[in-house]
Amino acid sequence: MTAPAAPGSPPGLLRRIFDSDLWYSFTRSWITMGSGICVLLLVVGALGAPVLAPHDTFDPATLKLMDAFTPPVWVEGGNPTYLIGTDNQGRDMLSTIMFGMRISLLVGFAAVLFSLVLGVGLGLVAGYLGGTIDALIMRVADIKLAFPAILIALLVDGVSRAALPRDMHDQLALYVVVFAIGVSNWVSYARTVRGTVMVERGKDYVQAARVIGIHPAVIMVRHVLPNVMGPVLVIATLGLALAILTEATLSFLGVGVPPTQPSLGTLIRNGNDYLFSGEWWIAIFPGLTLVVLALSVNLLGDWLRDALNPKLR
Amino acid sequence: MKRGLVCAGAALAVGLSGAVEAKTLRWAPQGDAATMDPHSHNAGPTTDLTAQIYEALLQRDPQLKILPQLATEFQSTSPTTWRFKLRPGVKFHNGAAFNADDVVFSVERAMADSSQYKTFTNSVVRAVKIDDLTVDIVTDKPNPLIPAQFTEVRIMDKEWSEANNATKPQNFNAREETFTVRNANGTGPYVLGSRQPDVRTVLTRNADWWGWKDLPRSNVTEVVVTPIANAATRLAALLSGEIDATPNVPVQDVERLRRSQGVKLLQTNEVRVIFLGFDMGRSELLYSDVKGKNPFADLNVRRAVAYAVDVEAIRTRVMRGLSVNTWQMISPGVAQFDASLDAIRPKANIAEAKRYMTAAGYPNGFSVTMDCPNNRYINDEQICQAVVGMLAQIGIRVTLNAMPLATYFPKIGNRDTSFFLLGWGVPTYDAHYSLQLLLQTTDGTANGQWNYTGYSSARFDALVNRMTTELDTRARDAMVKEALQIAQNDLPYIPLHHQVLVWGLRQPVDMPITPNNQPRFQWATVR
Repeated sequence: MTAPAAPGSPPGLLRRIFDSDLWYSFTRSWITMGSGICVLLLVVGALGAPVLAPHDTFDPATLKLMDAFTPPVWVEGGNPTYLIGTDNQGRDMLSTIMFGMRISLLVGFAAVLFSLVLGVGLGLVAGYLGGTIDALIMRVADIKLAFPAILIALLVDGVSRAALPRDMHDQLALYVVVFAIGVSNWVSYARTVRGTVMVERGKDYVQAARVIGIHPAVIMVRHVLPNVMGPVLVIATLGLALAILTEATLSFLGVGVPPTQPSLGTLIRNGNDYLFSGEWWIAIFPGLTLVVLALSVNLLGDWLRDALNPKLR
Repeated sequence: MKRGLVCAGAALAVGLSGAVEAKTLRWAPQGDAATMDPHSHNAGPTTDLTAQIYEALLQRDPQLKILPQLATEFQSTSPTTWRFKLRPGVKFHNGAAFNADDVVFSVERAMADSSQYKTFTNSVVRAVKIDDLTVDIVTDKPNPLIPAQFTEVRIMDKEWSEANNATKPQNFNAREETFTVRNANGTGPYVLGSRQPDVRTVLTRNADWWGWKDLPRSNVTEVVVTPIANAATRLAALLSGEIDATPNVPVQDVERLRRSQGVKLLQTNEVRVIFLGFDMGRSELLYSDVKGKNPFADLNVRRAVAYAVDVEAIRTRVMRGLSVNTWQMISPGVAQFDASLDAIRPKANIAEAKRYMTAAGYPNGFSVTMDCPNNRYINDEQICQAVVGMLAQIGIRVTLNAMPLATYFPKIGNRDTSFFLLGWGVPTYDAHYSLQLLLQTTDGTANGQWNYTGYSSARFDALVNRMTTELDTRARDAMVKEALQIAQNDLPYIPLHHQVLVWGLRQPVDMPITPNNQPRFQWATVR
């Protein structure tokens, strides 16, 4: 068992990953492998956009209006400079999708992180303390569940638009969207965590910690939290796809990220105007990217749920 | 028996002619009227609706010929007097009789400070009631344009306006709210039924209208106006039959619609020029990173913009060939239009543009915010986006601020802008209208009322003022040409193109397209 460790990495880390149950179950299903590769490709494409993208679509000086509506290269009239065509302003579709995905992923991750912290925090408090506080938090959660997520997101966005001056709103638009999506998705975390915490609370290790006088906050974070993170991880992965789709919906409706920072939803909205006139690639390619991204993340979430569930082993 | 039959036949005939089969026309423009006040906001979408409800003394037919409307005849009785004989027996929608008092009242109302229609009464000294059905319009100097101008001065009921405390037009740029903003009482073929701004306006047929007897084929009893800003949604609504007609077919879909069944397209050149305007009057731009001076005050910068903007690219890509490049502030259809002034438009040339930027002292450019409507002109926001890209190539970093016309017009109306896009139609079909409103020095009268650039040229002002008294057509045309050339040299505006109109109608609908883009529902038939 003296595997040569890769230089620069902690000895045995790779081996530990490849030996783990998770990796085993990952390699067992080609669907999971496929979605893993898809997510990896898309994330690398998005993160590496400033280096990898063939054109810098954020520099208006490079736009050539005369190249607008160039079809994909395999269609008659295509131009090899623009692999999958250009949009109505002559922007390279491939590059806009790569940059757009950055915004989509950024908003998705940030929103998930926000709802995770909010939901897990409230769930921990509710489950551990119980009583009135638990009842209060869970009733708020019930009320929240009575509203569709998209409605809350629209509400938050609308209020912020009315409350903030226009210039400020454009600067803060990204944060507003993150907040709007985060606030609309925290309940599933809170409910799951609360349930698990209520089970864990009665266990001996918690009782022991309590007996020796450790502060409840420390018990919650240091001792209970690690034991509830499994299901939370699953919800977060599934929630990521949901957050990305919600952001795309908001942007498609024109209330999401500002047009200066186009996300996939903004790109689909833009292309929607040209669906009837035959310039299908302007809407279809961002749409396809969104489908592949959301589907892959969802499939990974499903795999994670099954892999972490001891009853399914 | 025979007599009985004749009687029955007559009754049947009366029944047939009296009861029009109820037909609804669903009309979906891109943007909505901003107010129902007929003297408050002089812009196409507003007039398109108010002109269904309110009538003027004269009107234009689809070929833009002047016809009688509320006046039955008119003539010049002295060099400075026009006499109008009014149509007898006309009633307002509330039942009040129409007479000379209403005309005098409405002309004075259109001349008020808060009116945007005072350009049409700019030479009028007063309106004088001769008898109940005769009015004299007295002008300060001979004005051959009075008939053309009085197709746009719409007549309100004096008593109704007084009763509702609306004797002065709503001050549109101050966003004033008066009774006339949401209520209307005209003499026209359609009555304002219900109105939800930007959502749905219902016009119902005024059965008592004087003109129906001349239009036996017209059968539209109700018009439902639902503005749809999104191009794809509007087109889908037309294709699916959710709406019957739209005056704003998205240009990208024209080719496809030509081949499709069930929808017919009407096309005509609109009398409208689309242009960019600079704030060149302020000592410092409101929205720019240049402080202490105004880059647009420098002719070199304006020339640089003119060279950087490639109108041919806009024409072929943004407008899909449905526009005509221009280099002057008036369009074909205006009496003095001279195509040779368009032919001299300089070709786009980035190197030349950069040379002018350097000459102006901005080799690295500057930043500025551009205001742009997004539901007023054909592909207005896309034109602005294209301009943003073109100006970036010479270092002018433009932040685009696109907004619906209800926000846009008050904003630029208060000169709260540094750089903007505007379109200009000419209801009088005479160049003086454009020259006076857009280019003369702003002085509180109709002069420069839409001049948001701060452009002021004594030579230009004097020329346009002289134009109003020049009765010799040839001499006057020469003055118009000279004025247009001054504007071309001074460049307070960069003319882009003349708009081409395309209306889409579903097969059962038949109505004439008009070069002023104004629907006339009384001329429509629905099978």
